[in-house]
Amino acid sequence: MKNKVFTLEEVLSKFHDGQTILFGDWHGEISAEEIITGLIEKNIKDVTAVAVSGGMPDQGVGRMIVNHQVKSLLTTHIGLNPVAKDQYVAGELAVEFIPQGTFTERIRCGGYGLGGCLTPTGVGTQVAEGKQVLNLNGKDYLLEMPIRGDVALIKATKADKAGNIYFNKTSGAISNTMAFAADTVIVEVEELVEIGEIDPDDIAVPAPVVDMVYVRKGEKKPFCPMWQRAKAKAEAKAAEGGK
Amino acid sequence: MALTGRALIASRTAKFFKDGDLVNLGIGVPTMCVNYLPEGVDLWLEAEIGIVGCGPTPKWADADPDCIDAGGQPTTIIKGGSVVPHDMSFGLIRGGHVDATVLGTLQVDAEGNIANWIIPGKVIPGMGGAMDLCAGVKRIVVTTDHCEKSGASKILKKCTLPLTGAKCVTDIVTERAYFKVTPNGLVLQEVAPGYTVEDIRACTDADFTVADDLGVME
Repeated sequence: MKNKVFTLEEVLSKFHDGQTILFGDWHGEISAEEIITGLIEKNIKDVTAVAVSGGMPDQGVGRMIVNHQVKSLLTTHIGLNPVAKDQYVAGELAVEFIPQGTFTERIRCGGYGLGGCLTPTGVGTQVAEGKQVLNLNGKDYLLEMPIRGDVALIKATKADKAGNIYFNKTSGAISNTMAFAADTVIVEVEELVEIGEIDPDDIAVPAPVVDMVYVRKGEKKPFCPMWQRAKAKAEAKAAEGGK
Repeated sequence: MALTGRALIASRTAKFFKDGDLVNLGIGVPTMCVNYLPEGVDLWLEAEIGIVGCGPTPKWADADPDCIDAGGQPTTIIKGGSVVPHDMSFGLIRGGHVDATVLGTLQVDAEGNIANWIIPGKVIPGMGGAMDLCAGVKRIVVTTDHCEKSGASKILKKCTLPLTGAKCVTDIVTERAYFKVTPNGLVLQEVAPGYTVEDIRACTDADFTVADDLGVME
């Protein structure tokens, strides 16, 4: 079976200026953080980022926004990244706000060969501006177009050498949809296992869809900076109360 | 002692739920509703990321980076709860499988319009999953302070901010009153202890009628 495990350098060689990249982050969490660090060092520019949120300034896609590598962001929320808001207000970052269910469905269309989808979400709001409205059986729907990327960059719990992917609990988030909607699918994993070790029932993304697997070198499951800060604050408060 | 303020909002809102309902709660006051569930009412709480059956927030020592809620905070999954893909999570929402949602807001109006995702040029978080909730959930309860800090009513004749959902809100609960939204406008169903109908008229921009069986919130 073709071995899809690659080094960080090999993975980074697939990224270029001006690409559209789908990021599987959830507000920066469950992100392919080591590859993102590599992308910051490589300093690719003019990226169109597709991510459920603008991440946070110190994690996930948000770090690339802070580093001025992203020119355009397709997202549902930037409330956790004040830098993204500042860049948006200053006109440095273009942001298309997309309702979250529409966001995932547009990516699903991109990955599943559909020409678009009809959704009631956003009818009668700014989101409907410039979009075709179809009235079917007495109800209005917006025609929403597919989203695809040059690269999908996702993080998974486990992969095998063939590229089968397993996500623990909520860490799949939107990644298992994004994995179908890009020309090159790159997965940063905590753990690499032998082919056959992941139960067929547990494979969220089948091997043929995945192009490259990179095995995380640092801490496998770090607490994100937001949690570290919140935990430290809670502990300090507890210590104060204990006096 | 009678409940007041946000505790009263949460307590009144919790009475909308039936045992076994699938419910999506926004952050803040909406989340407080779980503290006031009537005896014998257990809910399936939904998290947009893809949990059906969210449990209580864990202690930091038990927090699992792979188990997070819609806001990226640590959460748990109750016995019988499930993890579903994100697209299915929104299939549940848009597809009418979620019985009720509770949302905070910036503005709400007499037609059941809600505006809570942006103040252009100032506050720009984005809509997250709120527009999908407005499009597909059966009961949409808005919980809000009755007035802004300035004293201006948040319950308007017509929203002035960009809408999150058009003509979708079914109920409005504040610390002073509970209104039902009907095709004929707002109907005042209950007032908070100590408030009269005249008090509510004085602090509400929207017009409303008063239910024949006007009650007291609890």
